[in-house]
Amino acid sequence: MDRDRRIQELSIRLRYLQDIFLGEHNPDVELLTTRFEELCARVSDLSADEAARQIKTLEELFGFLERKLERQLSPMHKVRIVRHPQRICLKDILENVYDNYTEIGGQDEYSIDPSMLIARAYITRKRGKKTYHQPVMVIGQEKGHGQEFRNGGSVKPWGNAKALHYMKVAETEGIPIHTYIFTPGSYPIEDYPGAAQQIARNLYEMAGLKVPIVAVISEGGSGGAEAIGLADTRIMMSHGYYSVISPEGAAAIEGRLKEGERATPELIARCAEALKITADDNRAMGYVDWVIHEPELGARPEHYAFFRKLRKAVIASTDEIVLEVSNLRLFRSWALKRHRGSDVLDVYVRWSLDAAAQQRLLWRRYKKYRRMAQQAYLEERYFFKKAVTQVADALAGVYSYLRYELLGRHQKKVTELAEDVHAEMQVVMSRPARWWKRLKETLGLKPEAAAGLVALSAWDEGRGQDGWRYVSPQAKHDRAIPCPRARTNGCLDQWAPDLFGDFAGVCRFCGHHFPMEYQWYLHNVFDPGSITEFFADVESTNPLKFPGFDERLAEAKKKTGHKSACMTFEARIEGIPLMVAMLMAAFRGGSVGAAEGEKFIRAIERARRKQLPFLAYVHGTAGIRIQEGVNGVIQMPRCTLAVRRYIEAGGLYLVLYDTNSYAGPVASFLGCSPYQFAVRSANIGFAGRSVIKETTGMDIPPDYHNAYQALARGHIQGIWDRREIRANLLQSLKTMGGPKLASR
Amino acid sequence: MDVKEILRRLHASPYEEISVRAPHCGVARFAILDTGARVQGPSGTWREKPGTVIVRLEREGAVRPIEAPQGGEITFVAAHKDGTFVQAGEELARIRHFLTKEEVLHRILREALHLFPAPEKGKYYFTPDVDIKIKAKGCRSLRVEEGMELFIFSRMKRETTLRYSGPAGIVYAVYFAGGDSVDAGAPLIGVCAEHELPAIEDVVARVHGEWEEEAWAAS
Repeated sequence: MDRDRRIQELSIRLRYLQDIFLGEHNPDVELLTTRFEELCARVSDLSADEAARQIKTLEELFGFLERKLERQLSPMHKVRIVRHPQRICLKDILENVYDNYTEIGGQDEYSIDPSMLIARAYITRKRGKKTYHQPVMVIGQEKGHGQEFRNGGSVKPWGNAKALHYMKVAETEGIPIHTYIFTPGSYPIEDYPGAAQQIARNLYEMAGLKVPIVAVISEGGSGGAEAIGLADTRIMMSHGYYSVISPEGAAAIEGRLKEGERATPELIARCAEALKITADDNRAMGYVDWVIHEPELGARPEHYAFFRKLRKAVIASTDEIVLEVSNLRLFRSWALKRHRGSDVLDVYVRWSLDAAAQQRLLWRRYKKYRRMAQQAYLEERYFFKKAVTQVADALAGVYSYLRYELLGRHQKKVTELAEDVHAEMQVVMSRPARWWKRLKETLGLKPEAAAGLVALSAWDEGRGQDGWRYVSPQAKHDRAIPCPRARTNGCLDQWAPDLFGDFAGVCRFCGHHFPMEYQWYLHNVFDPGSITEFFADVESTNPLKFPGFDERLAEAKKKTGHKSACMTFEARIEGIPLMVAMLMAAFRGGSVGAAEGEKFIRAIERARRKQLPFLAYVHGTAGIRIQEGVNGVIQMPRCTLAVRRYIEAGGLYLVLYDTNSYAGPVASFLGCSPYQFAVRSANIGFAGRSVIKETTGMDIPPDYHNAYQALARGHIQGIWDRREIRANLLQSLKTMGGPKLASR
Repeated sequence: MDVKEILRRLHASPYEEISVRAPHCGVARFAILDTGARVQGPSGTWREKPGTVIVRLEREGAVRPIEAPQGGEITFVAAHKDGTFVQAGEELARIRHFLTKEEVLHRILREALHLFPAPEKGKYYFTPDVDIKIKAKGCRSLRVEEGMELFIFSRMKRETTLRYSGPAGIVYAVYFAGGDSVDAGAPLIGVCAEHELPAIEDVVARVHGEWEEEAWAAS
């Protein structure tokens, strides 16, 4: 029996190796295969002792070569490791890391989303004679060792909503959250609550959760990972990956593949290498706090020592977070850092936080993400210019404090008093006022009212402007333009100068909006001459040295005259000042990288300091810039944290989508706005048609991402005609902004 | 009505000729210049993929592709007009579309049945006793006559009874399901005279058994 069991174990180890080095000519794997087959062929003829001896020899050979193969692992091998059915999964962790647990809201396939697992667990700690049970909310994707219904850890929007619900429960109960990320990416469907919008909601709420959050990353695929990944401490397993996109997805984009085509394994491997997705890469870039080392070729359920290591890591991380924000920490924090994860750890830390500590926790979280990705963009840092900017920002901060915090409070009291006095006076004066009014009517003293009744209204009364201030270059072509909806709506062709000049790119038959340049909006939405651009020196770069990307970036800079896809400026509408961050489709599809994220955060911070409303105008965005890898995807939590801080300070955050807006930005700092609008004919979504088809196997209707569908699903709050953006923005500023516009 | 005569007529000419005409004036550039070429009609779940391009019409710099509205064989193409200016309404090509079984049946039934349309958009149900009868024995067990209370029309949770009007006969087909919203004018039921029922059933069976579709005609 023992012999059969040992052979069976060797067979599993061999199959695992063959899967990891699939399609490669690896002499070590081939040697093990040959030796294993030879042993199987003759083992029945051997005596028990001889069989045991030969099996032991082969086991030693397996151990030796596994250690050797460990050193040969490439990023693509690690991708295969984390996706392998033998990889540890969340249930293994719950069984081995926590002392007790109860799964919440699911039993295998009977769950709102079996790929998202929630559990209430506790960790028992003994210090001296006392025993402490420290409760934790455990949330993570569950792959279930290849169980089909788990969908490989690809969570549907309602699974992420469930995760958010229990994060809020944990906050109410004041217990820490441990999240475990085992996902290749989110399930890209738009059904309510919507993949992008739910991830955005999760990020927004996690940005303000007043309990410690520790995230452990095994497979961190893009938005799916971020949905539960905004943590105070991020631990990464040494054989895991954390990436902006799956290597297969990156290869499809890089190879410019059409629907149904598949990338070659070589291209996928090259992309995995170039994206810098491994734990060491992410640690070096500062996107994970520490790496927890796994056994050779990755952790599997039988590696109990690894679970002990993981247990110490999550306990130590939670302790560290709590101690850093606690009042009384003295030597414990120092001792924990010094002996992180080691056996000498013998301190007790209570995991609940008081109100002041909760505020410090949120500030710590904000600062942590604010410091990230600073190396991933360029900025001309002239000392004088930098000093002037810093002084100006500091003065704005001081002014803001004096004007709105210090004086604002007293001003409010004075205003309230004045209102009361005024109301009292109205009561006292109401009778004399009525007498005076009657007297005026008797004497016929209302010349302007009488004139209004007998005079004709002027033909141009109420006409705000004569034509558009900016005319699109598309209007200069002497040609007719067919409407793309002519087939269904019967629209006639329109002459380009009429269409793009007079009609602002709107089909006068069906209202279809043709794409217009972002300059059109700059000139026709905001007051003339009111735009002041800033942070223009923040420049996109190629932080990962992605092959061939420098040239493409240089081309985009030359074509647009901008250094990044984000333009930040202060402008006015009818004299009302507001801060704007604009994502330009002309610059690499409006994709968001480190420079764009940094500019967005600086702009919203400035809006907060100056108490201005903030508009994110999305002329177009294709998503996170994949060539920047995690430097790009980290902008999702970074910017969302900044948005949350702004909104909590009383800011009015408006988002306006135009043309096409997809993926990461919509699933984070754009999608979390309570006021999102779209220009008619815009498309909004999480993933494009081919990705949905490939991931879900579903055919999607042609208008799946259309703004009206987004409105019907509840993702956006309204649709605007391009010609009425200015009026609608003004209306929004007045109706949503409160008395001081930015402040509630 | 002679149902068999309809079938004989369809057998004699088992196709439909579709004329492709210029929707507006412009210079025509033909993508297909030979007769006998086979073209595809619109396809996809939502017919979102356009059919084969037959000709491109250019006017004032705008190029409009004219695609085949249905699959079939090109029997005529105005190749001599290639590269020349054509007027709106000029015939550019003709497609011979071979009828599928479903299309043949649809045509026969359209001519042979009396279709009772929905007077308004809303949800329609059979009255309870009619519903029980249809569920138990099928719709062809139901005999209808002028003024018979047949449907319940439901809109905004308000229900009204709807009476059948038209020739008396047997309900041959039901075109709606209970609870579905039916557009105004869409047929609810198809009724045939009782004595025509065997003939219709026979013709339908023959179409199912004997009608030979061109392999590509279904496209």
